[in-house]
Amino acid sequence: MTRTVRYVVFGLGATGIGLLGVFAILKIPAFGASSHPYRDASIPAAVKHATSNVISSINFDQRGLDTLGEESIFLASVLVISVILRPAGHETERRELSEGRPLDSTVLGGLVFLPIVLIIGLDVITHGHLTPGGGFQGGVILGTGIHLLYVAGTYRMFEKVRPVRPFEWTEAIAAGAFACLGISGVLVGASFLANVVPQGVFGDLFSAGTVPLLNGVVGVEVASGVVVLISKFLEQALTVRSDSGNPQGNGHTSRETKTPDGQHP
Amino acid sequence: MLSFDNATAMLAPIAVAIPIVMACVLLVAGRRLPRLAVDVVALATALAMVSLLAYLLVAAASGRIVTWAAGWTPHHGYSVGIVLVVDPLGAGIALLACSLTAIAFLFSVRYLDAVEAHYHCLMLLFLAGMVGLALTGDLFDMFVFFELMGAAAYGLTAIVVEDESALQGGINFGIVNSLGAYLSLTGLGLLFARTGSVGLPQLHTELAHHRPDALIVAAFVLVLTGFLVKGAMVPFHFWLADAHAVAPAPVCLLFSGVMVPLGIYAAFRIYWTVFAPVLPLGDVRRTFLVLGAVTAVLGAVMALSQRHFKRLLAYSTIAHVGLFLVALACLSVGGTAGALIYVAGHAGVKGALFLIAGVMLARYGSVDEYDLYGAGNGQKAMGVLLIIGALGLAGLPPFGTALGKALSEDAASAAGYGWVPVLFVAVSALTGGAVLRVAGRVYFALGPMPVERSPMRARGNEDEEPRLLHVPWTMIAPILVLLAGGLIVGLLPGAHSVANRAAATFIDSAGYSHQALYKLPEGIVAPTASNWTGVGLGLGFVSAVLACCVALAGLYGRRLAEKWPVLREAYGPLNLLHRLHSGHVGDYVAWMMMGLAVLAGFIGLPLR
Amino acid sequence: MSHYAYFVAGWLILIGAFGIMRSKNLIQSVVCLAVAQSGTYVLLLSIGYQWGGAPPLFGEPATKPNLHVVDPLVQAMTLTDIVVSATVTSMLLAIAIQIHKRHGTINPDELNAIRG
Repeated sequence: MTRTVRYVVFGLGATGIGLLGVFAILKIPAFGASSHPYRDASIPAAVKHATSNVISSINFDQRGLDTLGEESIFLASVLVISVILRPAGHETERRELSEGRPLDSTVLGGLVFLPIVLIIGLDVITHGHLTPGGGFQGGVILGTGIHLLYVAGTYRMFEKVRPVRPFEWTEAIAAGAFACLGISGVLVGASFLANVVPQGVFGDLFSAGTVPLLNGVVGVEVASGVVVLISKFLEQALTVRSDSGNPQGNGHTSRETKTPDGQHP
Repeated sequence: MLSFDNATAMLAPIAVAIPIVMACVLLVAGRRLPRLAVDVVALATALAMVSLLAYLLVAAASGRIVTWAAGWTPHHGYSVGIVLVVDPLGAGIALLACSLTAIAFLFSVRYLDAVEAHYHCLMLLFLAGMVGLALTGDLFDMFVFFELMGAAAYGLTAIVVEDESALQGGINFGIVNSLGAYLSLTGLGLLFARTGSVGLPQLHTELAHHRPDALIVAAFVLVLTGFLVKGAMVPFHFWLADAHAVAPAPVCLLFSGVMVPLGIYAAFRIYWTVFAPVLPLGDVRRTFLVLGAVTAVLGAVMALSQRHFKRLLAYSTIAHVGLFLVALACLSVGGTAGALIYVAGHAGVKGALFLIAGVMLARYGSVDEYDLYGAGNGQKAMGVLLIIGALGLAGLPPFGTALGKALSEDAASAAGYGWVPVLFVAVSALTGGAVLRVAGRVYFALGPMPVERSPMRARGNEDEEPRLLHVPWTMIAPILVLLAGGLIVGLLPGAHSVANRAAATFIDSAGYSHQALYKLPEGIVAPTASNWTGVGLGLGFVSAVLACCVALAGLYGRRLAEKWPVLREAYGPLNLLHRLHSGHVGDYVAWMMMGLAVLAGFIGLPLR
Repeated sequence: MSHYAYFVAGWLILIGAFGIMRSKNLIQSVVCLAVAQSGTYVLLLSIGYQWGGAPPLFGEPATKPNLHVVDPLVQAMTLTDIVVSATVTSMLLAIAIQIHKRHGTINPDELNAIRG
């Protein structure tokens, strides 16, 4: 189809659905209205299980099955990225990178902020049932925070500190642990993903039963998964080369190297 | 049997958790274990799931099994939790998913490089998504498991990264299906705004005393779009040919056999439980009759004019999906029962055909019909299997496809649509004939040697395996099992009454809602089930004979075209149709918008 | 004016789809997909909003649980949605990288390995 035809088809379609959309929006309950039946039911339910953060209660307690699906999506996506970005065909990973040195200020900034970011990440994960945050959010902070070491150092040094294989294992183990925690609910006689751990006092650190446990498990999974994900992209950009010695063009960072042997096609 | 709290009810969420746990186990252990051990573990998991879901199916036959996950049982008809409702149809389609996964694992043993067990993990996660989608009774949960299926599917399509067409197919698949899923989420938001719930039983109760207005129509169009994109209804179908042409054969088996029908299942589950009390029956029926017929005809015509065998099979899947839609669009017990049996028979037959395509690829390095002319001369047995599959696709009794067609035609004629049997016969004859033509060319060297053999082979994952000299039993046994399965569905004496009861339970949306929310027992009276009729048998044989004629015309047709130049007139529109399927993702999105507008027009305009 | 947020959401979804349709670069297409999904976040969060409502958290600072808060379910759904979006986007970007390596281009107009 030519571009013009494509625009015409899209335009007709968008006009049609847009008209319906406008009429539909005019019938939506007014913005900011106060009738929210689900909220009225879920807040007492969260209080009953001593969870101060109602959103975490919904995510891990009331609608935990959704979160099981969500963390499986995360696992599947990281798997897909590992599969897609693997060295394939006539490619291998080259290890001889000649990299420059980052600026001293960058090194200082990275090393100062690294422990701060890691502590923030751990705090967000462990207090997921009390404050905004939780496993997913804290996991992303942790997973990306570790890469301050890459920014503040060289890739080779970073690779020594961050071997990918253990992170793949922790991700898989944590993902499986979530499902196993759910099954353990069945084994003790309650329901799947039921909140069977003692729930403590509302507002305490040790409250809300299984919610902080699931938060922790998800935090480990997401942190490891993010590390694996970024590692695949970094490998693809920095180290994977075709056997003829040619870098097959993409993503040159400022510390990208020339081809290792100086070969030409 | 009321099953709110007992052990059987616990099995439904466990059925979703098991593949996830085993995928994680394989991910950790897969690098250490030899490939055979990984295959055995994956196959054992799939077989365990088969037995689990068979048990659930038998248990559900005497009544829906309702599980409120995490124990949030409803009070006064309201609950904050997620419900899993296992009815016979849902359990049946989940069982189909597990069986096909097991068969795919068996075929994959010698077929493709497993990338350190990642392939097996992705297949298990895909299975978890399918089982979750089939068993859940909550709309947002359906969205989540739908995305899980999608994530695994995009990866499985593009798994052979050395093949550039696999990557293009994968990204087209990914962008189009994800956009569809986000549109569904938009519709879900609109429903939540109106009703304050996202569970199917609660939505039913809330919407039952509303009049249809623009908001409900928009929610209907948007929510169904995502699932109909997966179900490859015209004009959301463009991604399917791309994805099936490039994905490995065992993955195509799952796609055509159960993933695409799951999209249709989800769409109609949502329609029956949420929208059937609100939207006028006639409008919805007309919408899906028309769109289903267009899908069927388009798929058949495109299939007939393909020379890439896997793409041909993909278009024939689209054609048969159109027929499922027409059967379901009768919005009756008979039509739904017919569609159910048709899906089961089609899964067996189409799966076997895709696996044979995989064998062709492994053996000869190509799936181009013209390039492979006469290539199969020494393997007549495989050619015979291909012919049997093609006749099954054409609806030869006693295949399950024929029984499904017979029941659907019966239901449609009873509803007053006399043109439906003609459509069914024509479409199945065309698609079956296309496959027969391929069998004739490749394995029996019938017809003149094609002159347009291209030096560039039709792309089809040439690197899946270096040329096989001897087809191992792990690749032949699945084909035989699938063909036998397709036959058994038609021959089994109780099949039609089981399907009938499953269909009646599926349609009974008030019962679904009341049983989930109030523990009320169901009182379903299924109408008497129709079985093989004389007309149905006759039409089945007619389709098979017509398919042979179509194949012969395809093989020897050059002389026909010379005798009747009017046939050449058809090439213009046909070329236009081929140009529309351009492989360009922008085109696909433009057609998706058009499809949204068409659906909106069909449902919204009569209600103005 | 009371429906402005919903129109913004609808506009984002449409403009995202428009971006995919007209794009000459697969990476732009994937990002436009993410834009379309942002529209769904805006829609969900707008539906759950209440004038003067507090966040549905009673931990820090510790407050007595009350019902004068915004709807927590849409927030939980948006959170799930964001995770799904991030993972799908990264997956599609990985495929785009490999396409660039194999085809030499990421312009959909120039990809012609499958058609017909």
